[in-house]
Amino acid sequence: MTKVVPVLTVIVALVLIWYAAAVGMNAQWARDQAARAETTLGFGELVVDTWSQDRPVLPAPHQVAQGLYDSVLAIKPTSKRSLVYHGWITLSATLAGFGIGTLAGIALAVGIVHSRAMDMSVMPWAIASQTIPILAIAPMIIVVLNSIGISGLLPKAIISAYLSFFPVVVGMVKGLRAPDAMQLDQMRTWSATNSQTFWRLRLPSSMPYLFASLKVAIAAALVGTIVAELPAGATRGLGARLLSGSYYGQTVQIWSALFAAAALAAALVVIVGLIERGVLKRMGMAQ
Amino acid sequence: MKTPVINAKGVCLTFETNDGPVQALKDVDLGIERGEFVSFIGPSGCGKTTFLRCIAGLEVPTGGTLTVNGLTPDEARKARSYGYVFQAAGLYPWRTIAGNIKLPLEIMGYSKADQEKRVEKVLGLVELDSFGKKFPWQLSGGMQQRASIARALAFDADILLMDEPFGALDEIVRDHLNEQLLALWARTQKTIGFVTHSIPEAVYLSTKIVVMSPRPGRIAEVIESTLPRERPLDIRESPEFIALAHRVREGLREGHDA
Amino acid sequence: MSLLKLLVVLAVWGGLWALNARLAARGHHIRAIRLAVPVIFGLTLVLLWEMVVRLFGVSSVILPAPSAIAQRFAAETPTLWIDFVQTMLKGALSGYVLGCGAAFVTAVLIDRSPFLQAGLLPVGNFVAALPIVGIAPILVMWFGFDWHSKAAVVVVMVFFPVLVNTVAGLQATTAMQRDLMHTYAASYWQGLVKLRLPAAMPFVFNGLKIATTLALIGAIVAEFFGSPTRGMGFRISTEVGRLGLDMVWAEITVAAIAGSVFYGAVSLIEKGVTFWHPSQRG
Ligand SMILES: Nc1ncnc2c1ncn2[C@@H]1O[C@H](COP(=O)(O)OP(=O)(O)O)[C@@H](O)[C@H]1O
Ligand SMILES: [Mg+2]
Repeated sequence: MTKVVPVLTVIVALVLIWYAAAVGMNAQWARDQAARAETTLGFGELVVDTWSQDRPVLPAPHQVAQGLYDSVLAIKPTSKRSLVYHGWITLSATLAGFGIGTLAGIALAVGIVHSRAMDMSVMPWAIASQTIPILAIAPMIIVVLNSIGISGLLPKAIISAYLSFFPVVVGMVKGLRAPDAMQLDQMRTWSATNSQTFWRLRLPSSMPYLFASLKVAIAAALVGTIVAELPAGATRGLGARLLSGSYYGQTVQIWSALFAAAALAAALVVIVGLIERGVLKRMGMAQ
Repeated sequence: MKTPVINAKGVCLTFETNDGPVQALKDVDLGIERGEFVSFIGPSGCGKTTFLRCIAGLEVPTGGTLTVNGLTPDEARKARSYGYVFQAAGLYPWRTIAGNIKLPLEIMGYSKADQEKRVEKVLGLVELDSFGKKFPWQLSGGMQQRASIARALAFDADILLMDEPFGALDEIVRDHLNEQLLALWARTQKTIGFVTHSIPEAVYLSTKIVVMSPRPGRIAEVIESTLPRERPLDIRESPEFIALAHRVREGLREGHDA
Repeated sequence: MSLLKLLVVLAVWGGLWALNARLAARGHHIRAIRLAVPVIFGLTLVLLWEMVVRLFGVSSVILPAPSAIAQRFAAETPTLWIDFVQTMLKGALSGYVLGCGAAFVTAVLIDRSPFLQAGLLPVGNFVAALPIVGIAPILVMWFGFDWHSKAAVVVVMVFFPVLVNTVAGLQATTAMQRDLMHTYAASYWQGLVKLRLPAAMPFVFNGLKIATTLALIGAIVAEFFGSPTRGMGFRISTEVGRLGLDMVWAEITVAAIAGSVFYGAVSLIEKGVTFWHPSQRG
């Protein structure tokens, strides 16, 4: 609880800076308008104007809040202008991709831990792939899959799956190898089989590592979906909202979509974190 | 004449390391009879752990012969002939104490009812009766180590191998556990191989003290204890005890000079 | 007929995999074999890719063959170089240096204030998990189409991971080490320079390594929101539109090489700076 005050202070400071920046960045337009109308603006008028423009360079916090309210609460969730609608499109592809990527990642990690050939062949590539901006291939995958008649959720899910796959592989291999030599020797003194060692020692030991990488993976999956919604033609999803906002200079729309994406990311990471807490607690690993 | 439970003849072991070969054991000859309590003592790096691991089939000697219950160590391991206690308790944090003790029983395929019975019995042996439902991290270090001994006792192995099981504990807890271990040994009639680097501990516990010396690891001297089997803690002030401790210390010194 | 082709592909795969399995089983402690196995695996994938494309006549607008990509790469080297300079050197690298530098300085500045740390760290952790690339359209509006806006995106993307890691690193000394500094009556700055900054380096480099990939992603994706007629992101999105997939793959190859080299360079510097850390002694 001692953290609440500093965190709130920092947040309030950020909001104040934001308001000040809105004045600075929108002032030019306000002055131009005034000059065109051949009037001059007092400081008070200038501030009020910069915080209430239609297409500000930087919308003020309350304008973004208003934009969020309009597109989340004040509108039917099925409407094409509702962020709930677009958020759901993005969320469903993210979850589908995350699920596929996680399962595939765990499966590959199990293979790597049990087969030296797979370990030596695949692991260097899995690690190297983390240094590559994989996201760059998103537009290509979308277009290619579209051209062979696959569209909608699946192409986006494939990209999120791909992005969540590698963190899970790397984390899970680490986790399955977490038991130390003594614990493995202990299993050998009991003549445990490979599968007994796996289910009773390796898998439980890997849980903290798995969850750490799941948090990275779900954030990556969301970014993947959003970027996959960028290629021209996409009209649904938070990424498409960002893009159309930037086409038409609708800054409030961009910021609203951005905050919706941020809230979604935060919610997903928090949910994974809660599941982690629950699982580790039940396993007696969280003290 | 029957052969000893553990019988080593000319056991050698050389590790191939990046800095060249390391001879960890050289020509180790040793027989351990049923029901004996044998301590291995020596400076660190003299191969105590390595020899115990050879008996357990965790390392394979590069020379000589070694039998356990008349079998090769590996066959003995597969026949589940011994329990092994490591220096750290190594309990799984995600299992309760009872769950930890059950672990080898599950692996060896004991029935559920049998598991419960055995857990109860060994918890009694190490005086942890009411702690079965606790998690390891809710227990003190000494209690954790007792739980790990209980885990090694839970199945029907008549050999108990212990590698510095009390090395990380303080003197007072250690004394207490030594006393309990003797009582347990008297009750269960097991054959015990026990690694330590404490002279009083070795003398207090053992019927036979194996003094080892380093580079290459070998047996410097085997001392048969003259103490009675019944040993109260204050036996350690007796002249007999002190004389034995002195002999061990001499043995260690000679091994070191050699 | 296609069944036969499939069998050929599977046979090649099986054969090369068997080779790898044998190498791995026999010679896993030999250095050359440790290097050869992943290389053989990679080459196997490329070979299979080439075979599948040729044998089954896969259209180049779906999946161009590696050989076609290599040809395009060779033919278009000048364009690729221009794009590389625009996106990697101007956008990503300048943003990376600025963003990491700013984050490092911020971390050292707030290090003296437990209050600021307590406030900024949770916020920083939170922001580090957000889809920050989404800020790209805004920054493109503010800073224009050229590389400045890409560098700005990169600054924002790399800032928080580096900040959070550096702050965590500055707290990574043990009580005993700090007490020792205390017994020397070391000043705050002496303690910082002699003890806490060196101890923080493994953490700082962890952040810097995460940031390399983020920098490339930021610079490329930001170009999807507007760019001059050069740059890797620009080329990818326009060539995708024209179905010039071989060119897209050539750009992706450049991105992959650049990413690995960038990461490798930071790792090398790390090796030099944190040679004392257990993770480097292997
Ligand atoms: N796995 C191993 N690889 C290489 N050398 C080892 C290994 N295990 C032990 N050694 C070496 O063998 C010698 C004996 O070690 P150990 O049996 O652990 O000694 P002790 O238990 O008496 O302290 C030491 O010199 C040690 O460095
Ligand atoms: Mg030892």
